[in-house]
Amino acid sequence: MKTIAKEVKGYILVSILTPLFMLLEVAMELELPNLMATIIDKGVNAGNMSVILRTGVFMILAALVGLLAGILGGKFGAIAAAGLAKNLRSKMFRKIQDFSFSNIDKFSSSSLITRLTTDVTNVQNAYMMALRMGMRAPASMIVAMVMSFMVNPKIAMIYVYAVIFLVCVMAVIMPIVGGMFKKGFKQYDALNESVQENVSAIRVVKAYVRENYARERFTNASGGIYKIFIKIENILAFMMPIMMGTVYACILLISWNGAQFIVAGKLTTGELMQLLTYCMSILMSLMMLTMVFMMIMMSTASITRISEVINEEPSIHNPADPIMEIPNGDIVFDHVNFSYKQDSKDYVLEDINLSIKSGETIGVLGGTGSSKTTLVNLISRLYDVSTGSVKVGGHDVREYDLEALRDRVSVVLQQNVLFTGTIYDNLRWGDENATEEECRRVAKMACADEFIDRLPEGYNTKITQGGTNVSGGQRQRLCIARALLKKPAVLILDDSTSAVDTATDAKIRKAFREEIPGTTKLIIAQRISSVQDADRIIVMDEGHIDGIGTHEELLKNNAIYRDVYESQTGGGTGDFDEKEEA
Amino acid sequence: MARSRNQAPATKQQKKESMAVLKRLMAVLFRRYPIQLILVVISIIISVLANVQGTLFMQTLIDSYITPMVKSGGKDFGPLLDAIRRVLGFYLIGIFGTYFFNMLMTFVTQGMMKYLRDRMFTHMQGLPIRYFDNNAHGDIMSIYTNDIDALRQMISQSIPQLINASFTIVSVLVSMIVLSVPLTVVTLVMVFVMLAVTGKLAGLSGKYFVRQQEDIGKLNGNIEEMMNGQKVVKVFNHEEQAIEDFERLNDQLYDSASKANTYANVLMPANAQLGNVSYVLVAVIGGALALNGVTGLTLGKLASFLTFNKSFNMPISQVSQQMNFIVMAAAGAKRIFAMLDEEPEVDDGYVTLVNANVAEDGTITESEKRTGVWAWKHYHAADGTTTYQRLTGDVVMDGVNFGYVPEKIVLHDIKLYAKAGQKIAFVGATGAGKTTITNLINRFYDVEDGKIRYDGININKIKKADLRRSLGIVLQDTHLFTGTVAENIRYGKLDATDEEVKAAAKLANADHFIRHLPQGYDTVLTGDGANLSMGQRQLLAIARAAIADPPVLILDEATSSIDTRTEKIVQDGMDKLMAGRTTFVIAHRLSTIRNSDCIMVLDQGEIIERGNHEELIKEGGKYYQLYTGKVVNA
Repeated sequence: MKTIAKEVKGYILVSILTPLFMLLEVAMELELPNLMATIIDKGVNAGNMSVILRTGVFMILAALVGLLAGILGGKFGAIAAAGLAKNLRSKMFRKIQDFSFSNIDKFSSSSLITRLTTDVTNVQNAYMMALRMGMRAPASMIVAMVMSFMVNPKIAMIYVYAVIFLVCVMAVIMPIVGGMFKKGFKQYDALNESVQENVSAIRVVKAYVRENYARERFTNASGGIYKIFIKIENILAFMMPIMMGTVYACILLISWNGAQFIVAGKLTTGELMQLLTYCMSILMSLMMLTMVFMMIMMSTASITRISEVINEEPSIHNPADPIMEIPNGDIVFDHVNFSYKQDSKDYVLEDINLSIKSGETIGVLGGTGSSKTTLVNLISRLYDVSTGSVKVGGHDVREYDLEALRDRVSVVLQQNVLFTGTIYDNLRWGDENATEEECRRVAKMACADEFIDRLPEGYNTKITQGGTNVSGGQRQRLCIARALLKKPAVLILDDSTSAVDTATDAKIRKAFREEIPGTTKLIIAQRISSVQDADRIIVMDEGHIDGIGTHEELLKNNAIYRDVYESQTGGGTGDFDEKEEA
Repeated sequence: MARSRNQAPATKQQKKESMAVLKRLMAVLFRRYPIQLILVVISIIISVLANVQGTLFMQTLIDSYITPMVKSGGKDFGPLLDAIRRVLGFYLIGIFGTYFFNMLMTFVTQGMMKYLRDRMFTHMQGLPIRYFDNNAHGDIMSIYTNDIDALRQMISQSIPQLINASFTIVSVLVSMIVLSVPLTVVTLVMVFVMLAVTGKLAGLSGKYFVRQQEDIGKLNGNIEEMMNGQKVVKVFNHEEQAIEDFERLNDQLYDSASKANTYANVLMPANAQLGNVSYVLVAVIGGALALNGVTGLTLGKLASFLTFNKSFNMPISQVSQQMNFIVMAAAGAKRIFAMLDEEPEVDDGYVTLVNANVAEDGTITESEKRTGVWAWKHYHAADGTTTYQRLTGDVVMDGVNFGYVPEKIVLHDIKLYAKAGQKIAFVGATGAGKTTITNLINRFYDVEDGKIRYDGININKIKKADLRRSLGIVLQDTHLFTGTVAENIRYGKLDATDEEVKAAAKLANADHFIRHLPQGYDTVLTGDGANLSMGQRQLLAIARAAIADPPVLILDEATSSIDTRTEKIVQDGMDKLMAGRTTFVIAHRLSTIRNSDCIMVLDQGEIIERGNHEELIKEGGKYYQLYTGKVVNA
C-alpha cells in the first residue's frame, strides 16, 4: 500500500481535488431536496410564486455548481488514476532495468508482463473509484443523515437501523465473496495460461493428435470458473433484493410514521418528501461504498504483486568508486565458487582457476548442465561469484562501472532475441551511432550479409517481434553481428552458431581471427569443429574444469574430449555403433 | 437507437457490421437460453410494474390519506394501513422479480461465457497451422481475455439494464401523461437535451476509448518484447534506450486513458445535473400550475410527478453509460465470431490406423491392444469391404511443390523415397526447406502440386488424426506444458504407467536430471519449462516421443542443444526403439546423421545430392563442403 501511495507523486493535487469536488457535488445534490421542500411548503402551500421562482433559481444554480464540480471531479479523478498507473508502470519498468539476471530469473518474464499490464489496470480502476466514490459516498450518507435528523430525529432513526442492518449483512457477505473472487481469479489465470500454451504449442498438440485431450483439460478449467463465478454472482444477486427490501421498508415506515406526524402537526408534507429523497441517497451511497470496498479488495492482490517488483533489491550494484576503463581482455578466475541460490553451498561452479591472455581464442566444451554458460556469465558480471573473484583486465569485475564492463565484454546469449525494427535498428543495439558501413562490415564478419542482401529490402527489412521472420541460423548470425558492433575487448559466444552450418561457422571464425585478433574470444559450442582450432579448449564437467589445452593435447590427455571427438567424427569408419557399450 | 448516431467516429459500414455482430450474438444467446431470457424479460417487467405501483403510492399517500386526515383531524389510520399493506405486497413482488432475473442472468452470463470459451477453444484446436502463422499469439490470447470480458459486461449489465430501462421509460411515461400532459412535455424536452449531450460525450469518450485500446496494445506489445528480451537489454547496456521507448508509449497511454475516462466520468454528473434541472423546471412550472389550479394538478400529483421525473431520467442516464460497453462488446464479438468463422482443417481421409496382428500366412487382423504392429484399414465404399494393409513406413514424394504463400514456392519438384525401416536425414543450410518437407508429411500444410504416398496410399486419403498418430515428431522448438514432468512425458501416451514413463525418460537419458529435480518426476513445470535448460527440455521432448512408440519418427533438430555425448546415448536408445521402423532426421551435426541410410542435401528448396555419408563425402559436393567446413571449388 505504502509503496503504491508513493507513486501518486505528481498527481497529489488532483488526487486531493477529486474528492473535494465530489464533496461539492454531493453538497449541491443534497441541498436540492432542501430547496425542494421550500418550494412546496413556502411556495406552493403558501401560494407564493416569488418564493417558487427565487428558490427555483437557487436550485438551477446549485445544479450548475454541481455539474461543474462533477465535471472537474471526473476529470481530475481520471487524470489522477491514469497518472498513478503511468507512474507505477514507469517505476516498475525502470526497476526491472536495474534487475540483475538473478532478479529476472526470480520473477520470470511472463509474470513481469502481467504485473506491468493487468495488475496496473486493476489498481488504476480501483484508485479512480476510491477517489471519486470513497469520499463522496460516506459524505453523502452522513450529510443526508444529519439533514434527516434536523428535519425529524424520530423518523431519521429508521435510517440508522437500516444502515446498521445493511452493514451487518455486508460484513458477513463481503469476506466470503472476496475470498471466492481470489480463488476465481487464480483459476482464471490458469485458464489463460492453458490457452497461451496450447496456442504456442499448437504443433505439438496436432502432431500428437491431442486436440481432445487439450479440450478436455480446457473445459475442465472453464467449468471450474463457471462454477465459482455462478456461486459469487448468486450471492451478489441476493444483495440486490436485500438492498431494495431495505429501501422499500424505509419508505413504508417513513410514510406510516410521517403520516402520523403530519396529522399531529409535527411534520409538513414538504419535509416528508425531503425525508424520502434522503432515504434514496443514503442507501445508494451505501451501495457505492460496498462497490468501492469490493474493488479495493479485488485490487489488493495486484497491489501486492506490484509492490514486490518495486521493492525488489537489485542483487548487483555499481561500486561506489568505479573504474571506467577496461585496459585489456585478460581474464582471470581465482578460486571461484558459484551458486544460483544465495548463501547456499550447493555450488554449480566449484573452485575454478583460470587465466586467459588478451587476444586468446578459448573454446568451451562440456555436457548439458556442465555449467558452461554459468562460467562465462560471471565475466560480464551477469551474476556475482559466491566466493573467489573474476578479474578482467587485471581488476575484479566488481570494481568496474557495470556499463563500461558490459560495453567491453560482449556476450551473445544462448537464448537470443531480436527486437521489432529494421535490421539496422537491431544491429545498432551494439552501437547506436554506428554508420551503415560499420553495420555492413560486422554483418559481413558474421556472415549475415549473404542472406541480408537477398532480402527484398536488405538492411531495412523489418524484423517482427521475437525475430520470427528470420530462421534460427539467420537470427544467430544477426546476434553475433550485433555483439561485434560493440568493438569488445572480450567476445563471448554462448552456443551461438548451433543453427549455423559448419561451413559458415568456419567462415565466421576465420573472420574473427583476421579482423579482431586483439579481442579475447570465448566460444561455447557443442560441435568440436567449432572449437578445435582455438588456442586452448576448456572441457567442463559438472561444474569443474576437467581439462584445458589445445585440441591435440586434449585428444591425448582428456577422456571426455576424446570421447566427444570420436562420437562426432567417428573413427573414420562407419561401424562405430559397435564400439559403444550398450 | 438515437444515441448511437453520434457515437465514436465509425463509418456507416462499421456501424452496420457492429449491428450485424450484435444481432448474431443475440441470436446465439436466444437460441441457447430461450426460456431463461423470456423469464428474465417477464421478471423485469413484473419488477418494473411493481416499482411503478410503489411510486404511484406517493400520490395516494399525500392526496388520499394524509391531506384528508389532516383536514378531518382524523384519527382513523385504517385506510392508510391497508394501502401500506397493499404497497408492501407490490414491493415484495418487485423484489422477488428483481432477485429472480438477477439470478437467471447469472446462469445465462456465466453459461454463455463458458459456452463461448469452450467453443472457441475447440474450434481453435481444429484450425490449420496457417491460422497460427498468420495471427500473433498475443492477439489470439486477447480474444479469450479482453473480448470475452467485454461480452460479459454487456450480457450481465447492459442487456438487463436496457430491458429494464425501456420498460421503466414506457411505464413511467404513461403514468406521467396520465398525471399531467404539460409537465410531461417539459420532461421530454429535457430528455432530448440530455440525449444530445450524452451522444456528444459518448462520441468523444468512444473516440478516446478506441485510442486507449490502441495505446494499450502498443504498450503491452513493447512490454512483452522487452520483458522477454530483458537479458539482452542488460547485456547491451540498452536500459536507457528501453526506458525512453517505454516512457514515450506510457505517456501516450496516459494521455488517451485520462481523456477517455474524463469523458466517461463526466457523463454521469452531466446527466444527473441535467436531470436536476429538469426536476426544477417541473417543480417551478408544476408549482405555478398547482397554484393557479389549472389543468387540475394537485400538490400530491405534483409530488408524484416529481418522483416520476426522477425515475424517468435515471434509466436514460444508465443506458447512456452502457453505450461504451456495448461498443466495446460489439468489437469483441466481432473478433470472437471472426475466429469461430475461420475454416477448420479439412479432413477427407477415410483410411484409418489400427493395431494389428499378423498371422503366419500374412493375413492381418485388427487388435484392441498395442501389438507393435500397425495396419492401415481401408473401407471400400464401392463394394462395402474392408481391407487391411500393414504399415511399413514407406514414404514417397513425387514432384512435390509447395509455398507458404502462393507467390513464393519454397519446395521445387521434390522427389524422395524412404524405404521401410530406413533412417533418412535431411541436411542443408537454414531455410533450405528441411522442416517444410516434414510438415508436408504430417499434413501441417498441404502440397501445392505432386503427391505424397505413405505405404503406397496417398496421404490425403488417410484420416489426419491417424496419419499424425503414425508419425512421432520431435520439433525444433521444444514446447512443454504446465504440469508435472511425468505428465509432460505422458503426453505422448495418455494411459502410460509410471514404469513406462520412467523407461521413456531413461531411454531419452532424462532420468538422471529428473531425479535431481526438487520433486523428481512430480516437479511441476511452469511457463513452458522455463526452469529447465534448453538441453533438458529437448530430452523431455524426446522422452515424450519415445513413450508414444510411433511407427515412424521425425526428429527435427531434436538434439541441437544436447551435448554430443548425451546425444550419442539418446540416439542409441532411439535407434533401438525404431529398429525396423522409418526415421526422418533433420540436423546440423554430423554425428546426428552419420549413420543414416540415406542423406538428402537440400539447397533452396531442391534436393541437390543424395546418398549415404561415405558416398556423399566421396562425391565432394555440397555435403562435403558443409560438413568439413572446407570450401571446394565449384
